[in-house]
Amino acid sequence: MSGKAKTLRMRKTTVNSFINYAMVIVLFVVTQILIGQGAVSNTIQSMLVPVCCYVVMAVSLNLTVGILGELSLGHAGFMSLGAFSGIITAAVLKDAVASEPLRLAIAMVVGGIFGCIGGVIIGLPVLRLRGDYLAIVTLAFGEIIKNVIQVLYIGLDENGLHFATKESNMVMSEAGTFVVRGPMGATGVTRLSSFAAGFILILITLFVVQNLVDSRAGRAILSLRDNRIAAESVGISVTKYKLMAFVISAVLAGMAGALYGLNYSSTVASKFDFNTSILVLVYVVLGGLGSIRGSIIAAAVLTLLPELLRNGTINEYRMLIYAVILILVMLVTNNPTLRGAVDLIAKKIRSIGKKEKAEGGAQ
Amino acid sequence: MKKFLAVLMAAAMMVALVACSSGNTANNGSSNNSGNGADASGDGAIVIKIGGIGPLTGDTAVYGIATQNGAQIAVDEINALGGDIQLEYRFEDDTGVAETAVSAYNTLKDWDVDVIYGCTTTAPCVSVAAETNADRYFQLTPSASSTDVTAGKDNVFQMCFTDPGQGVTAADYVAENGLATKVGVIYNNGDPYSTGIAQGFITHAPEVGLEIVAEQTFPDDSNTDFTVQLTACRDAGAELVFMPIYYTPAALILNQARTMGYDPIFFGGDGMDGILGIEGFDTSLAEGLMLLTPFNASSTEEATANFVAEYESRYGETPNQFAADGYDCIYAIYQALQQIDGLADMDHEALCDALIGVFTSADFSFDGITGTGVTWSTSGEVTKDPMVVVVDGGVYVTQ
Repeated sequence: MSGKAKTLRMRKTTVNSFINYAMVIVLFVVTQILIGQGAVSNTIQSMLVPVCCYVVMAVSLNLTVGILGELSLGHAGFMSLGAFSGIITAAVLKDAVASEPLRLAIAMVVGGIFGCIGGVIIGLPVLRLRGDYLAIVTLAFGEIIKNVIQVLYIGLDENGLHFATKESNMVMSEAGTFVVRGPMGATGVTRLSSFAAGFILILITLFVVQNLVDSRAGRAILSLRDNRIAAESVGISVTKYKLMAFVISAVLAGMAGALYGLNYSSTVASKFDFNTSILVLVYVVLGGLGSIRGSIIAAAVLTLLPELLRNGTINEYRMLIYAVILILVMLVTNNPTLRGAVDLIAKKIRSIGKKEKAEGGAQ
Repeated sequence: MKKFLAVLMAAAMMVALVACSSGNTANNGSSNNSGNGADASGDGAIVIKIGGIGPLTGDTAVYGIATQNGAQIAVDEINALGGDIQLEYRFEDDTGVAETAVSAYNTLKDWDVDVIYGCTTTAPCVSVAAETNADRYFQLTPSASSTDVTAGKDNVFQMCFTDPGQGVTAADYVAENGLATKVGVIYNNGDPYSTGIAQGFITHAPEVGLEIVAEQTFPDDSNTDFTVQLTACRDAGAELVFMPIYYTPAALILNQARTMGYDPIFFGGDGMDGILGIEGFDTSLAEGLMLLTPFNASSTEEATANFVAEYESRYGETPNQFAADGYDCIYAIYQALQQIDGLADMDHEALCDALIGVFTSADFSFDGITGTGVTWSTSGEVTKDPMVVVVDGGVYVTQ
């Protein structure tokens, strides 16, 4: 009896994971078919890669905020690290690696490595502390990354990379070009990102995060969130598991950053500021803390929404409408009356479904 | 229950907004598939669709709105002339962010745009320029002044000076007029515009005999304390402080300089235009301030005076150089369009090549309110006479 219950419960989490995979795959296939038929406007097509990036950002932040239960306010900082390291990698490998998808993959891996380094540097000291220190430090981290990249000049010539903090101090051969030019950011980037790459990155993210949560380590992480003292008392290493979740989240953000950076011909460091971090946090909170599917849907819908509202007279009010929708979603998801109503409807639908099933079975 | 009511009210508001706009949405949908770029309207006039991009919301909205309004006046004036070429104009918000600018551009593509007018700010413009270059749309920007905007793209043209170009011009002006030999520079090293001009100035200054005695930076326009930078300039004995920055920090610098009793010549770039319009700003602080600007709203020249009067009656404020650049952009495009034969049969690619041909041809020169005899090089950079104004008695006086 207990064995049966266990397999049933296992199946539920697996089914949940597979619903997420299926949802992403179906959306990808449908979008590709629609693009093939020319039914997708240019606006939507240009939004596909950013949507993928934000989905990965939201899912990875959910790992820190929803599953680990620590507040991070500098997720865009990891994205920035990934974006600029990815852009530089792609520029360096331009001649060495001819295949564009391969170059993109390498750039994304490098972006992930830099995200990892950032995550370890921040996480190692801060995750040992109790309280909201992570929020404060990540907030500072995001700003530091932004300001450092804004004064960084990186040039590339046949001798390799050159670094300077002022344009006039740069020593480069005549054939050299700037990859990153301080506040001008990275310009002249060869665009490598594609919707397919974004789709694969989402699948990788889902695979990593969902399997982590379902694993032994994931249960340890969840137990830390729910009751730290109890978890410690059974011998779970707090720093180890917190660091694990936080660094994985940073790696995924770095990879998303590389994908984002290589989707535009220019990227400036000020794009990855506090506002972007909060934007991703909004996706996570609106999608539901700890809910992977919620994060995916919230990130996709809320990224597309401001663009979809660019129509006719609604255009002038789009930011207002966007804000109203955010408030509405917040109210609806936290309103017991409405939630009760939604649950009731869901229950009724389920019971009708069951009845039909039962009738079908009887026949 | 209160919460429930709030939700209901918000929902009602949404429904009302959506209902208001639904008529227009349908319109947009139908125009998406009209195919060819230049459409002939009923009475035989050729309709050219001009799509503008700039920030209407966000930190830089003041510049985007100015370019939108300035261009709107030009479009209305041109359409009122009733010529063979009629302009249809639509402006999309990019919030000053590259990502949003690219989607705004794609929205315009869905609208079947013929010519891109924008973007207002540099970073979005670089991204959009790469797109227009790949898709072959002609693009003219009123105010995105970085060299990255035009570099390597034959289809992108600027109405404003390039940043380094402006720095060089400023250094030349200071040297030629013997304003000072020891110069301090204060700039925002988090801003491409400010850094671009400062670098141009600093590299060129020694060549014309100016000595840079202090090079001071600040990271963000939201900075409020500049005493460190000013003290460094004063201690280094700077007779002139070059400030290629926007007017908001500049106003604070002028105020703090007076407080500490430091009185050099302050010299600014075109981003300083608008300093006299800041609410609550004591204009006596700006007395003697010199700035490089292509446009002087208090000019008595007829075209400028008409534009200023029209702008003031429509929008209730004095136009700045962004509005003037926008106004000139539309007229420059219009003038070029008039020189093209067979306009009616052209799609946006052919139109792009034709317009590039006209803009770079040797005999094309444009007279507008931000300069006369304006020409463009094949790289897309503008050539026009710089203008220096001095604040005297609370108004600009052209030098």
